[in-house]
Amino acid sequence: MDDMRYEAPETIDAAVALLAGAGGDVRVLAGGTDILVQLRAEMIEPALLVDVKRIPEMMSITAEDGGFRIGAAVPGAELGEHQALKKAWPGVVEATELIGSTQIQGRASIGGNLCNGSPAADSVPALFVAQAMVGVAGPKGRREVPVAEIVTGPGKTSLAKGEIVVSIFLPARPEHSGDAYLRFIPRTELDIAVVGAGIDLTLDEGGVCVDARVALGAVAPTVLMVPEAAEALVGTKLDDAALDKMAQAASAACRPIDDKRGTKEFRIKVAGVMARRAARIAYKRAGQN
Amino acid sequence: MAKIHVTATVNGDEVEFLCDPQQTLLDVLRDEMGLTGSKEGCGSGDCGACSVMLDGRLVCACLVLGAEVGGRAVETIEGMAKGEQLHPLQDKFLDLAALQCGICTPGVLIAAKALLEKNPDPSETEARFWLAGNLCRCTGYDKIIRAVLETASDMRAK
Amino acid sequence: MVMNLTRESSASDEDLKIVGTRPRRPDGVDKVTGRAKFGADLTLPGMLVGKTLRSPHAHALIKSIDTSKAEALAGVKAVVTRDDFPDMPVEYASAGELVINFYDVTRNMMAREKVLYDGHPVAAVAAISEAIARKALKLIEVKYEILPHVIDVVEAMAPDAPLLHPEQFTQGVEPTPKKASNIAKRVEFSKGDIEAGFKAADIVVEREFNTQPVHQGYIEPQACVVSTTEDGQVEIWTSTQGHFVYRAHCARLLNMDIAKIRVTASEIGGGFGGKNNVYGEPLAIVLSRKSNRPVRMVMSREEVFRATGPTSGANIKIKMGCKKDGTITAAQAELNFQAGAFAGSSVPMAAMCTFTRYDLENLEVVGHDVTVNRPKVAAYRAPGAPIAVFGVESVIDEMAKKAGIDPLDFRLKNAAREGTKAYYGPTFGPIGYVETLEAAKKHAHYKAKLGKDQGRGVATGFWFNIGGETSTSLMVNEDGSVTLTLGTPDVAGGSRAAMAMMVAEEFGIAYDKVRPVIGDTSALGYNFITAGSRATFASGMASVQAARQAIGILCERAAKTWDVPAEGVLWENGHARPASSNVGEFEPLSLADIAKVAGKTGGAIAGHAEINPKGAGPGFGTHIVDVEVDRETGRIKILRYTVVQDAGKAIHPAYVEGQFQGGAVQGIGWALNEEYIYGPDGRLQNPGFLDYRMPVASDVPMIDTVIVEVANPNHPYGVRGIGEVPIIPPMAAIANAVENAIGIRFETLPMSPPRVLAAIDAAAAGNGKG
Repeated sequence: MDDMRYEAPETIDAAVALLAGAGGDVRVLAGGTDILVQLRAEMIEPALLVDVKRIPEMMSITAEDGGFRIGAAVPGAELGEHQALKKAWPGVVEATELIGSTQIQGRASIGGNLCNGSPAADSVPALFVAQAMVGVAGPKGRREVPVAEIVTGPGKTSLAKGEIVVSIFLPARPEHSGDAYLRFIPRTELDIAVVGAGIDLTLDEGGVCVDARVALGAVAPTVLMVPEAAEALVGTKLDDAALDKMAQAASAACRPIDDKRGTKEFRIKVAGVMARRAARIAYKRAGQN
Repeated sequence: MAKIHVTATVNGDEVEFLCDPQQTLLDVLRDEMGLTGSKEGCGSGDCGACSVMLDGRLVCACLVLGAEVGGRAVETIEGMAKGEQLHPLQDKFLDLAALQCGICTPGVLIAAKALLEKNPDPSETEARFWLAGNLCRCTGYDKIIRAVLETASDMRAK
Repeated sequence: MVMNLTRESSASDEDLKIVGTRPRRPDGVDKVTGRAKFGADLTLPGMLVGKTLRSPHAHALIKSIDTSKAEALAGVKAVVTRDDFPDMPVEYASAGELVINFYDVTRNMMAREKVLYDGHPVAAVAAISEAIARKALKLIEVKYEILPHVIDVVEAMAPDAPLLHPEQFTQGVEPTPKKASNIAKRVEFSKGDIEAGFKAADIVVEREFNTQPVHQGYIEPQACVVSTTEDGQVEIWTSTQGHFVYRAHCARLLNMDIAKIRVTASEIGGGFGGKNNVYGEPLAIVLSRKSNRPVRMVMSREEVFRATGPTSGANIKIKMGCKKDGTITAAQAELNFQAGAFAGSSVPMAAMCTFTRYDLENLEVVGHDVTVNRPKVAAYRAPGAPIAVFGVESVIDEMAKKAGIDPLDFRLKNAAREGTKAYYGPTFGPIGYVETLEAAKKHAHYKAKLGKDQGRGVATGFWFNIGGETSTSLMVNEDGSVTLTLGTPDVAGGSRAAMAMMVAEEFGIAYDKVRPVIGDTSALGYNFITAGSRATFASGMASVQAARQAIGILCERAAKTWDVPAEGVLWENGHARPASSNVGEFEPLSLADIAKVAGKTGGAIAGHAEINPKGAGPGFGTHIVDVEVDRETGRIKILRYTVVQDAGKAIHPAYVEGQFQGGAVQGIGWALNEEYIYGPDGRLQNPGFLDYRMPVASDVPMIDTVIVEVANPNHPYGVRGIGEVPIIPPMAAIANAVENAIGIRFETLPMSPPRVLAAIDAAAAGNGKG
């Protein structure tokens, strides 16, 4: 670890070149709230840390095609201060704002949260149901990847050597739609999600759900999209029967583990509860749009 | 890698220091600059005892590398008072006995100051959630929250 | 001189000018500006970084240790193992409120024959940087032979359990067993006829409870800086609750003269009993000797959890019986406490506090101190009592419910009062238990409305509080200001203020004219640890005695100046004055007047006290808590919390309130989420603040406090210790509130959401236990 190099490139191309050219383990340093913990615990021993916070594209939020392109290293606190983003995608913003404490929020980013690949990452279920696209840059150029294709397993991404997540694109929000994210933690703050549920709904003029997505976090090796749970809501006004069916489908999809944060049974049960509660909030928000 | 040379601003003063790539900002403040007011309670960003401001954002200094602060502005507890004039929060903490052992106090004060600068009229709930990243084992948080809310009120009245 | 230091010897409450007010504490500005120096804040020139290699196994023989590669690493200046420390005989001593055995202490500090827990120190290094020190640890090769381990207390008590100590035979059993056991000790208190008592009962409740180890959770990890000289002197700067005790232990462990060691207590970032024992200090001394440089040893948070003492986890069985009218006729408890790797848990003290709140005819308390492959336990705020009382106050609540009697009334009916003889020995003088129960009954909280899935619980606590050896000295400076040198580290903050207030009150001068400092070990005689809720009581009494001695001398000097007999001078309102007009007409002399000429009248004016005061007043408290249970997730929310406690006399009420609130919130954490989680390999899985879940600011509401004052007649200002009682009632109070809310009684702590939800689901399926 004493041989670790630190570089702070100022352009994407320079970052890509560093990542592509390095031998040994290379890590991207955005907010550092996962990387530094892992460094300290000697869970990782990178040869090179590439700090991307001096690259303007990675640190900015811009309006694009009716939606928003968020730089991968933008701290969560900044997302929370962006009124227009918050209005359009309250679920994504509240999910990101749940990551850690206020201090963590001052640094932690969606890009980092995603690429760290934790099954319990808070922002990811919300990004899934938002159908976010991830802007990737690499030695072969740029590409846009559906967010669900980035994380392949705990701590693992599909990025090739030299590739880096540059931005996350949230599309324009359709009329009468809304998103929400809820998680269960034993305390009221700080804990890693024991279960997380992200919901996005679109309603028709009469308040009937015409499109839905449900994603669960911390109940499988990666975040789970649960189409059966979403289907249970489509064609309904989220009455109790529909919500029950959705909650059951959510619980049924879980493949959780027992660990120091929760038991299998607990996660399975509470996944349904959180999905139901998040759906109610998303429904209310959709009705207000 | 050889040490990295960093120029930054700390509590308004321009500083220069050398650090290893893996040294955190907390290490640098305490070991290179002798600013021991920021404390290490956990080293993993879970207790807030190392809270500082970095370019106007509340962060844990143990989760920032020294190398990252080049050209940036850091504010620590040592910069909170202006000469002999304590910040209203510092005064209030003393008057309301909002500290016991005092190890969490620098972090709490920095965090509370950041809160009031962003939200001059926080509710009790808002104050509690904002300060959730600052662990205190002695006070049970009661007098801390009272001190923050009362200071907010005093400062609004001015 | 036998001085009268009773409550009657001081001004009555109405006449007190400073005691009972809320001035700023003298160390306050340092704490709010970051200037205050804690254990890790001292740097000495040439200082090395010390780090410890720790066992990754719960139980193993050490076959060999090879440090050669570490010693050869550039930048490493010293390496130590068991070979660098003398073996110790079996020899008992006090460490705060627990008893230690030096044979064990040296083995806990540095393993000798075997490692007994994940985290047990095996070697240590001192190097020029942390990075090199960590590298050096990796180069030390230790060969282990892994042994089966046991961490559950009931399993450890079984005759065929893996045995930690082949030479440990259960003490307190007649005749002493011939077969070694993990049960190190059995204690017992009994009174009356327990069988007859149960026969006489109309209602009998019997329950078994299980609790997990919890850590004191001080935010400052253990930290020390040690410097040695070529002629054998040692200077230690350390975060400690008792620098004299640390000095004594280091001297004993290294076979040194006590006078060769000087310990300065840094400001301490929390202790709660966890900083009553040395950990790194002896290691740093030898590293410093070997390297001939100062050495700093600071624990990481992970090390604090793995290797310092939490409190015991326990299995307890409570059986109680009462008549229909609520009179308790029988009370029985079996307390099985984890001691960790070495004997010496708090079970004897827990046994003393189990039923003491009640005046009982028939009772039996049996306690077992059981070694298991976990870190050796340390004291944690009222050591042992919260665990036993969790069981007892839960059962009391159940009896009250079955008898149809209000829970506070039930306790009032059986309450210990002045004149009650406690089963562990003493007869109570004036105590405030009944007063706290009555104040709780009257409190608005007790009448607040409760909604769906909300419930209310009460519980009470008792701690005996201690006196302990105390040494204090006081100087009247040449300008009449006073320097007060104390030997009890100011652990929670506030005790320096309280002592200065009492001394200022005695002299009749302004509070800021008295400057209290914590002296190092060379400045005073022996002081026992700041523990047992003793500082304001004992250091306070010593400070008052020292002040009165100085006042006596001030009067003598005035008498000399006026050329009158010493009996003709009295002290009043900060001045020496003639006792009557017969003595003569003289202008009163202030401290400044007398001190200015002290050199001419006989020398500097000082007072001192070296005491071991008896008569520490026992403390009692009553808590009320309201909770709301989320039936779908099992999460418990604390809605309201009130602490009512007898302080005897609150010298500085804000710090008394702070103790009430802090202890209550620690108890809330213990009740809801805190626990040590071990894997099947006996390794600790949550050694950090992320997964060892202490309450954060958003987890708790404001904690209301009521200070009851039933003066302790043995202290000049009526002080009773207050620091420990507040942590005793919360777990039972919350369990009682949860039962009130959802009809499920929890017998296992913590009441974390997965446990609660599982119990709710089981109850829904027809089985009502938690």
